[in-house]
Formats: sequence, structure tokens, C-alpha cells
Amino acid sequence: MRLELSAEDAAFREEMRTFFTTQVPQSIRDTVAAREELSKEQIVESQRILNAAGLAVPGWPVEWGGQDWTPLQRHIWHEEMQSACVPLPLAFNASMVGPVIAAYGTQEQKETFLPQTANLDIWWSQGFSEPDAGSDLAGLRCAAVRDGDEYVVNGQKTWTTLGQYGDWIFNLVRTNPEAEKKQAGISFLLIDMTTPGVEVRPIELIDGGHEVNEVWFTDVRVPAANLVGAENQGWDIAKFLLGNERVGVAPVGAVKRVLAHAKEWVGEETLRDPLVAARFAAIENELLALELTALRVVAHSADGKPHPASSVLKLKGSELQQEVSDLVVELAGPGSLASGAGDDSGVPGWARVATPAYLNLRKASIYGGSNEIQRQIIARTILGL
Amino acid sequence: MDFEYDDEQQALRDAVRGLLTKAYGDFEKRRTATRGERAYDPDVWRQLAEMGVLGLPFAEADGGMGAGPLEVGIVAEELGRVLAPEPFLTAVVLAGGAVAAAGTDAQRAALLEPLAAGESLLAWAHDEPGHGYTSSASATKASQEGDGWMLTGTKEPVVSGEHADVLVVTAALPDGPSTGSGGAGTGLFTVAADAAGLTRTGYPTHDGGRAALITFDGTPAEALGEGADATAVVERVLDQARVAAAAEALGLISEALSATRDYLTSRKQFGVTLNTFQALTFRASDMYVDLELTRSLVLWAAMVLDAGSPEEASVAASRAALQVATAGKRVGQEAIQLHGGIGVTAEYSVGHRLSRLRALEAQLGDARLHTARLAGRVASYGEVDPLP
Ligand SMILES: Cc1cc2nc3c(=O)[nH]c(=O)nc-3n(C[C@H](O)[C@H](O)[C@H](O)COP(=O)(O)OP(=O)(O)OC[C@H]3O[C@@H](n4cnc5c(N)ncnc54)[C@H](O)[C@@H]3O)c2cc1C
Repeated sequence: MRLELSAEDAAFREEMRTFFTTQVPQSIRDTVAAREELSKEQIVESQRILNAAGLAVPGWPVEWGGQDWTPLQRHIWHEEMQSACVPLPLAFNASMVGPVIAAYGTQEQKETFLPQTANLDIWWSQGFSEPDAGSDLAGLRCAAVRDGDEYVVNGQKTWTTLGQYGDWIFNLVRTNPEAEKKQAGISFLLIDMTTPGVEVRPIELIDGGHEVNEVWFTDVRVPAANLVGAENQGWDIAKFLLGNERVGVAPVGAVKRVLAHAKEWVGEETLRDPLVAARFAAIENELLALELTALRVVAHSADGKPHPASSVLKLKGSELQQEVSDLVVELAGPGSLASGAGDDSGVPGWARVATPAYLNLRKASIYGGSNEIQRQIIARTILGL
Repeated sequence: MDFEYDDEQQALRDAVRGLLTKAYGDFEKRRTATRGERAYDPDVWRQLAEMGVLGLPFAEADGGMGAGPLEVGIVAEELGRVLAPEPFLTAVVLAGGAVAAAGTDAQRAALLEPLAAGESLLAWAHDEPGHGYTSSASATKASQEGDGWMLTGTKEPVVSGEHADVLVVTAALPDGPSTGSGGAGTGLFTVAADAAGLTRTGYPTHDGGRAALITFDGTPAEALGEGADATAVVERVLDQARVAAAAEALGLISEALSATRDYLTSRKQFGVTLNTFQALTFRASDMYVDLELTRSLVLWAAMVLDAGSPEEASVAASRAALQVATAGKRVGQEAIQLHGGIGVTAEYSVGHRLSRLRALEAQLGDARLHTARLAGRVASYGEVDPLP
């Protein structure tokens, strides 16, 4: 048992740290540090800088721009990015559809999509959830009917994150409504969002922001060549994708960073308040335990399979992320009410965004498999209950 | 970086687990042992000695095995797993640890070899009534008598104090150079069980052990080492014990969860097994989250203790202790609740797990103490970095 990084990993960490803090524009990192919303341009610019250096999609097969890193190195890459306030590569591209196309796509699909996906030349959206299919994703209804060498898609998706920027959407669609098991009649389809019949409608969230959408499909004609994998194989692919999604899901680096910033925001005098200090101490301890658990998981998932404790990371990670956002609201005190004030406000920016950020982060325990679903996974697959 | 035990450590774990499962795998045997005169099984103690466990952390020259905090943690976790009542923590880690840290060559030879061999039991006489969690002593005072020392005062509760052959005692030193806290400092002494002016009143503790009220009345004592202020040694030894106790707690909670899981899948109510009810399985899932996070922090603390500075070790010890105090209590309480009525019966093990968890906390500091220790430092750094 050994705690230190090997000389090689320590050098790797240094290299990442230097790259992220010197090559990604300060203005982008400042936006993240201030917990403000990034523009589409900032996200694209940042990912292209990473991609040019081979740092956007290290988890992909090497042939398609991946890196032959150990799981620990990938972890370090991920944490250092967060520590340096660098926006993470767009998850829909880098950790969802990219690995799916690399694993299940045809050679042509790989060549068409993977380079553009890595470089964020295509912005992908995720079309899984529907009004009546959330946690019970397999209950989805959005239908694709084969017509010659096209599919005709009709139905509705919802909660589509940043769908307003989306160039393409990867959709789960029902291709066999007669299948005995509802999981068996689903396919994975890539749809160009400029196709006639695709309509994106905004949903406003409780923080006043617009990050999710409804996407409607009316007689949308999609080339059959855009089917990934076999027809009706969509559920396997979705499980593969969701499995990837859960890895690296505890945003430890980002949460630690907010906590460290919070200390600077409030200053030493507030930190001398024993109740405030105690709250920091308690949260930091849990975060440390979580980070160490993440390290244990990466150190021992060398065979590529996610460690059974991955659900612990999602569950506890989202809880701590929410708790830190709650602490920041308390620290902001009455200033937190000035959430709508402009930049001439006397209330500091961090205090003004505190409550919107807190409200927005309620999502963390809902999406990507809600915390109840994670508990279900732990109970069933780990504890055998 | 590596969080796995090496082959030797695994062999140690397997050997200790084998011995302890034989001894206490059947919970009834543990109950019998705790009802005995010493509240543990002298036979098991002897077997642990034969295996080298009682000398584990001491230098080979002192009759020990020269092992580190990870190995101590392995043993402690296995003890916790079966709720073994043997006083490993107090006799070996605390009392033995103090002798190893402060004793002269001759003292170490005289005390540690027989301890390691299971021939002499040491007790850690540090706590004082009403004195809280502290590394100093005040109700027991040391005074110089010619070449020697004499103790007067009270120690309580002293775990296994009633049957120990030698007591390792902390006592306030006579007026002298002041140590930060304003007193003259705290010395470390040993007192033979048959010393004059020593009285011991034993009683059972809620976790199945035995403790004693010990009074000294002009009792002759021998200073460990120089007889100088040993507060720093006491702190270090307490930190080592906190990490070992955290490992014991880890064993306690991991088995509390397994017992709960087994119970939920076998107990039937309303015509179905309890795991049919999601309200219950979710609570078990949260216990699992607590267990995994605790395991990470406990392993980490042992590694820091092994390689870090005393300051780092002390912070790590508080971190592990805080985690165990909060997560251990939650898991212990939930385990009982999910067992229903049987969980609060003496013949069933889960209730005793919570009792032992609370005993560990009482000896080495609760969440309030460790939160305060950690809270005092939060302004001095930005992020907590787990890697040295
Ligand atoms: C901000 C945000 C962004 C999102 N982005 C996307 C996206 O880009 N693309 C996409 O496809 N989807 C996205 N989602 C959808 C997300 O995956 C779903 O919201 C999620 O799966 C939960 O489904 P639901 O909202 O329908 O809640 P429901 O499934 O209706 O759940 C309601 C409540 O019941 C609980 N529950 C449900 N089933 C069980 C069960 N079996 N046992 C115990 N409790 C249960 C849930 O945990 C929850 O508390 C996003 C969601 C949010 C909030």
C-alpha cells in the first residue's frame, strides 16, 4: 500500500497542471471560478485547445484520438482540469456518444463523426428522456419507422441539456413496439438537428436559466445509415453509455475548488466563527473520504470495468456538491438576495450567484440516474438485496 | 499509488482472521468470554501472542515484529469484525506504544518483551474523571521522592486496569517549566500492580469489557525515560490509537452491514422477505456508502501515520476519528433499527457493535473533539490534498 504518486504520475500531474493553467484562456477559467454560465463559444474554444493537445478525449481508443493512459492518469487529468477551472470536455461528445460510436459504429460512422465529435465541430445533444420515460427509460415512445433506406421519426424528447446549441442529437427510439420486453424494441439513432421536422423548445429552470429543452420530432426523415449498431440493439448501447457516464462522475475537484474559493470569499474573520469552521471541517472530511474512494476505485478498475462502488461516487458526489452550494448560500447571507443585481452592485459576484447556483444544483441528484436509482443499484448489485 | 495489501499483509490478515473466527465466529463464545473474570479469553490472548500480534508494532530488538500502522490496522479491523474483547488497543497500542516511544532501552526490554509474549498485561491509565479528552493529566500528580517518583491521585476509567500487571500512567509533573497549556507538563510513569498505596476497583463496561477506578496514594512509580514532559508522546500515542480504533470500527461496521443484509434477505414479514421493501434496502445502501468512505479514510490515515510528519499524522488521525464517529454511529444505529426487536437483545451481536463503537469514541475522542481540532485549521489552507 502506498500513498504517493509514482515519479511518472507526479510528473504527469505537473504536466497537466501546467497545461491547464497556461494554455486555456484566463477569461474562460475566470468564468468557471465565478460559477457563471459559460457561453457556447467558450466551451467550444476550450475543448478545441484541449483536443489540439490530445487532451479532449483521452478515454477513447487511441486510433481515434484517445490516450493510452492508466485509469489513474485519467483521474489526474480530470481532477487537474477541475482544479484549474477548465471546462470539462462536453460530456455528450466526449464521454457519451464518442465512446458509443467508437465501440458500435460502422467504419464510415467512425470516420464521419469521431474527429468532429472530439473537436466539438459537432455539438451533440442527448435524446433519451421523455415525458413518460425518466428513471424508467425503457418506457420511451418516440418512434422510428423504417421506410426504404430512411427512418421516419415521430415523438418527443425532454430535458435535452443545451439542445439549443445542438447540431446533432443521439436518440433512443422505439423501432419495435411489438417486442415482448420493452427493452428489446429500442434503437440508437443519430439525427441531424437541422432536418425538417425537428423543433427545440426551451424549458426555464428554477434559477431562471435556460439549459434544458424539449425536442419535438414530426415526420423527421433520417438516413438508415445513421443507425448505430443493429436495429433493436439500442438498450445494450444505452447501458454501455450510462455505465461510462457514471465513471468520473463525482465532481470532487470542482467541489473542492468551490470550497477553497469560499474561504477566500468570506475571509479569515468569518472562518474564525466556530460554527462556520466546523461546517467547513465536516464537509472537507467527507470530501476527502470521497476523493480517496474515487482514487481507490480508479486504482483498481484496471481491467476497464467500472468498480462496483461507482454508484457511491455519484450518490455522495452529488450530495456534497449540493451541500457546498448550500454552505455558500449561508455564507453569502442577505447578499444572496441580490441575485438579480447588475455588475454595479455592491454585493460581490459570488454572493449574487450563490442561490441560483444552489437552486440549479438540485439537478445533480436527479439526472444521470437519480440518487434513488443509485441506491437501487447498490442495494441490488452490490448488496444483493 | 496503491490501496491494496501486499502478500505479507494479506497473510497476516488471513492468519488473524482464522484465529479470531475460530475463537469468536460463534457470537455465543464472545458472550462467554466477556462474562469471564477478565472479560476476555486469556487463551485467545495467548494465541495472539504466539502469532506475534501482541508485539506487532514494537521494534524487533524489543521483542516485537517491527510492523507499522497498516499491520496494526489489519489486526484491529479483524478484532472489530468479530467483536473480540481482547484489550489489544489499550495494552498494545496505547500502553505498549507509550513504552516504546518514551522508555529507555532497559525499560523497553523489561516491559515490551513480556507484553509481546502475553506474559504481562499493560494498562493505559490516562483518563481522569471529568477531565474530558485531553493529552494532559491533572487529577494524578507526580512528585519526586529522592531518586524516584511517587504518584497521588485518581485514574478512571482504566480499561483492564484491574488485572493489569503494570500500569502506564500519565501524571501532572511538579511545578517546573511550563508547557504551552500553562501547567508543568505531563509525565509518563509505570506502576507495578502490587505497588504500595495502589487501590483498584473494577467494574464492567457497556461494551463487554472491564475497567477500573484506580487511586494512587504516595504510590512509588518509575518515570518512563527522563521523567520530563511527555505531552507530545502522549499525543502521538493517542493519534496512533485513534487510527487503530478507526480500523477496529471499520471491522465493526462492515460486519454490521453484512448482518443487516443477511437479515433483510431472510426475515419475512407480511409474507415476503424484508428486502422487498425499498425503504429498507435504501437505508442499507446508505450504510454501504458510509462503509466505503470510511474504509478509504481509514486506510489513508494509516498510510499517513506510516509516512507523514507528526503534524500530518495528527490531522489524519482526527480525520479518521471524525469519519468513524459520524459514519460508525449512523451505521451502528441503522443496523439495530433494521433488525427490529432482535437488534436490541443481548444475545444478538448487532447491538453490541454499536456499544463497542461508542466505547471507542469515548476513549479516543468524539465528533465534536475532532471537528474542533480540524476546524481550527481550515483557514490555514485552501484545498485538502490527500497526496503528500
Ligand atoms: C438539468 C437536467 C438535465 C438533464 N439532461 C438530460 C439530457 O440531456 N438528456 C436526457 O435524455 N435526459 C436528461 N435529463 C433527464 C434525467 O435523466 C431524468 O430527469 C432522470 O432520469 C429522472 O427522470 P424523471 O425526471 O422523469 O423523474 P422520475 O423518474 O419520474 O422520478 C421522480 C422521483 O421518483 C424517484 N424514482 C423513480 N423511480 C424510482 C424507483 N424505481 N425507486 C425509487 N425511486 C424512484 C426518482 O429518483 C425521483 O426522485 C436531465 C434532467 C435534468 C434535471
